[in-house]
Amino acid sequence: MNDMTPTREQRTAALEGMGCKRKRVEDIRFTQGKGNYVDDVKLPGMLHGDFVRSPHPHARVKKIDDSEALKVPGVLAVITAETLKTVNLAWMPTLAGDVQMVLADGKVLFQNQEVAFVVATDRYAADDGINKVVVEYEPLPPLVDPFKSMDADAPVLREDLAGKTTGAHGPRKHHNHIFEWTVGDKELTDAAFKKAEVSIKEMISYHRTHPSPLETCQCVCSFDKIKGELTIYGTFQAPHVIRTVVSLIAKLPEQKIHVIAPDIGGGFGNKVGAYPGYICAAVASIVTGKPVKWVEDRIENLTATSFARDYHMTTEIAATKDGKVTGLRVHVLADHGAFDACADPSKWPAGFFNIVTGSYDFPTAHLAVDGVYTNKAPGGVAYRCSFRVTEAAYCIERAMDILAQKLNMDPAELRLKNFIKPEQFPYHSALGWEYDSGDYHTAMRKMMETTDYAALRKEQAEKRAAFARGETREIMGLGVSFFTEIVGAGPSKNCDILGISMFDSCEIRMHPTGAGIARMGTKSQGQGHETTWAQIIATEIGIPADNIMVEEGNTDTAPYGLGTYGSRSTPVAGAAIAMAARKIRAKAQMIAAYKLEVHEDDLEWDIDGFRVKGLPEKFMSMKDICWAAYNSVPPGMEPGLEAVSYYDPPNMTYPFGAYLCVMDIDVDTGVYKVRRFYALDDCGTRINPMIIEGQVHGGLTEAFAIAMGQEIRYDDTGNVVTGSFMDFFMPTAVETPHWETDFTVTPSPHHPIGAKGVGESPNVGGVPAFSNAVNDAFSFLGSTHIQMPHDYWRNWKAAKQLGAVA
Amino acid sequence: MAKTHVTMKVNGAEVEGLVEPRTLLVHFIRENLGMTGTHIGCETTHCGACTVDIDGMSVKSCTMFAVQAQGSDIITVEGMANADGTLSALQEGFRMMHGLQCGFCTPGMIMRAHRLLKENASPSEEEIRMGISGNICRCTGYQNIVKAIQYAAAKINGVEFREAAE
Ligand code: FES
Ligand code: FES
Repeated sequence: MNDMTPTREQRTAALEGMGCKRKRVEDIRFTQGKGNYVDDVKLPGMLHGDFVRSPHPHARVKKIDDSEALKVPGVLAVITAETLKTVNLAWMPTLAGDVQMVLADGKVLFQNQEVAFVVATDRYAADDGINKVVVEYEPLPPLVDPFKSMDADAPVLREDLAGKTTGAHGPRKHHNHIFEWTVGDKELTDAAFKKAEVSIKEMISYHRTHPSPLETCQCVCSFDKIKGELTIYGTFQAPHVIRTVVSLIAKLPEQKIHVIAPDIGGGFGNKVGAYPGYICAAVASIVTGKPVKWVEDRIENLTATSFARDYHMTTEIAATKDGKVTGLRVHVLADHGAFDACADPSKWPAGFFNIVTGSYDFPTAHLAVDGVYTNKAPGGVAYRCSFRVTEAAYCIERAMDILAQKLNMDPAELRLKNFIKPEQFPYHSALGWEYDSGDYHTAMRKMMETTDYAALRKEQAEKRAAFARGETREIMGLGVSFFTEIVGAGPSKNCDILGISMFDSCEIRMHPTGAGIARMGTKSQGQGHETTWAQIIATEIGIPADNIMVEEGNTDTAPYGLGTYGSRSTPVAGAAIAMAARKIRAKAQMIAAYKLEVHEDDLEWDIDGFRVKGLPEKFMSMKDICWAAYNSVPPGMEPGLEAVSYYDPPNMTYPFGAYLCVMDIDVDTGVYKVRRFYALDDCGTRINPMIIEGQVHGGLTEAFAIAMGQEIRYDDTGNVVTGSFMDFFMPTAVETPHWETDFTVTPSPHHPIGAKGVGESPNVGGVPAFSNAVNDAFSFLGSTHIQMPHDYWRNWKAAKQLGAVA
Repeated sequence: MAKTHVTMKVNGAEVEGLVEPRTLLVHFIRENLGMTGTHIGCETTHCGACTVDIDGMSVKSCTMFAVQAQGSDIITVEGMANADGTLSALQEGFRMMHGLQCGFCTPGMIMRAHRLLKENASPSEEEIRMGISGNICRCTGYQNIVKAIQYAAAKINGVEFREAAE
């Protein structure tokens, strides 16, 4: 070796592999306005579609008159349910096994439901057109309150289901009932409650909210009559699934459908499902023979595309006097709106709500979820969460605090006492999951030490005393939250969408010069896949990340994958990348052995190439192997260096974290101040710490919004009163607190690189931390639980009800 | 609807077009000029994704008609890179500090930050947060956007950028 030979560190650094804070390659185009989002797609002759929407939440549609609309200059067609019936598309299947109207058929079931689709030469003409469509409605009584949906005299919402006593997930108890789903051992759980020394019971609601990515849902559909091919550009988190769904419902051969998801301006679950806009734009393109663009506006996005949550969870914990939990019982009333269009794996009508035992060693648990219809927008997407994990985490984390309060124990101590212990992993939960790995005590203690939890509690006690003496009007809350997520959907044994297993995929092709391309079944919506996927490959095969291009979102070129949502990209696709890369490395090893004239077993991997064991100077770099793969492979071996992996994970992954929120609330105004927020996340192996930190910041900000004000609210008449960013709380840089991040690393034992996924963790863990802080602040005044969202007005109201304000 | 002829300067070049009086400036920029860096997130002046710089002011281009911009001097995100094509201090700041994720808010953020730094070359964190409060980002949580702007300010002022300790 001479001075010019790069050191191991230099060679490693040159790769920019896993663990390095590689700067994002995406940013070069995004910072220059050179992203290519769906609304940037323009095709020759392209038309624009826009919806006529219902002002009523529940009404019979008596007549639709489009004659004046068709006279508007630029308007070419008005599509109604009648038009769609001619092509059998008036109704579409939902991901949850229900069916949904594409355009109002007979009646409307929620405000802003799509009634007619106007196609015109530009978006202004389309808007003129929708204003000229005359729809005659006969209003019907709206059903707004989910708790009244199963009353005997509740109006029948879904006339199409009349007389149906079974639904997609079993028996229906009532004309507005969708499904009942139960898990766990009822008898054992009931027995635990009978024996319990202490128990708590509380109705914990997780209000309806909305993901609202900054870019709304949109598409451009283009049907080529000659070739019989349909090309769809869209804001799709799961492009391949969309292709299959379109093929199934439009009866077009799947190879003739090209789905392209270009850059996406945030998804958060909002862009998983299929919306009427996609269907109408496709039909309009077939009808007119021209490409048709549909771009949703913000009001439409907030009021008509998938909402999130709306779970009302009656929660009970049984425990011993000294705080050991012995049983958990939860009943959920789930408001799904007018159609069951939840995005959930087929087998779990309530997603992974059965992670509701959280991070605690519950010997037994039982839960039941009843889904009901109301006159509200359909959906129930996993908003920055893995299929209802967020609701489950909120439920258990609030309930543990309520139990701690009843036992007069510190909430952190109660958690430490009940955590699953490190030696119990892999841990089998009472509700049937196998947690892969975890070290909860270490995470919790690190949080408590770093934040000086004991000192904060002392300060709180002093403040409370001062409040009692009338010296201050400010109360202080400490919100402890500890969560375990279930992500990485998922193993084909438990997860599928429409019958397709939830594997994911990666194809890597190395070119002769040592550069390569990786094509994926995932689709980034801001998670930085182009950057991090190349880092995994860099580490696995020793080619600099800069030499690997990552391509996503084109169903013609990418192997079939189930897309990006539910923090599944790293646990599933990340594993597929590692496995594909390892196949390449295995072939590379054979080529290197041939070229170096040794047996394969005599080679060892060394950062960016193979070296003959004991003969360090006999080395062949991966770059040289790439060249050799195209000119001198061993006899009998196919040339080329490429591999594909379809990875079906053996299990989910279980990231976890310990969060603390320190909050002060002025009782006279309800104004809160988040004084400190500390988030410790354990997502196993960390691929790019910079991106992880960014994900945590973003997730915490969304959690903050949800817990502290954001809500999709309907008045008693079924009118949405939070239909724009004017009334739907969108935190800006001014309201958003400062975030402190921290981590521990507990790799997943079954994942090829030990990574667990992190994107949703801060949302899952953040919401309970905020809510617990508010509830903790008020607890000494005698309250056990105050419902979210905790805006100023509600805080003030709580203070007043608790007698703190005259 | 009758169309009106408009002319204006965009990123230093004279441009013109025929628009309806009701055509929003953002649509003129995106559709007529084909410059799609300026984004639409709400069309109701809440999100700032459509922010451009007009005659030395940050303006939400969804809240102005193209005809109102007649004769004005506009800078969009496409005009923000250095003359040699490299990233300007602000763009570099966003990349270095991980001030973006999906990138949809980024053009508007950059345009707003551009004007902010022209008005106040060394803003405090609070001034930055207040200064960008008309721009919504759904992905980043703003912390790194603030850092990105601090980075750019330091670079423009020729001083060393130091991240505040956590
Ligand atoms: S699009 Fe102009 S402010 Fe949102
Ligand atoms: S980076 Fe996605 S909205 Fe800001």
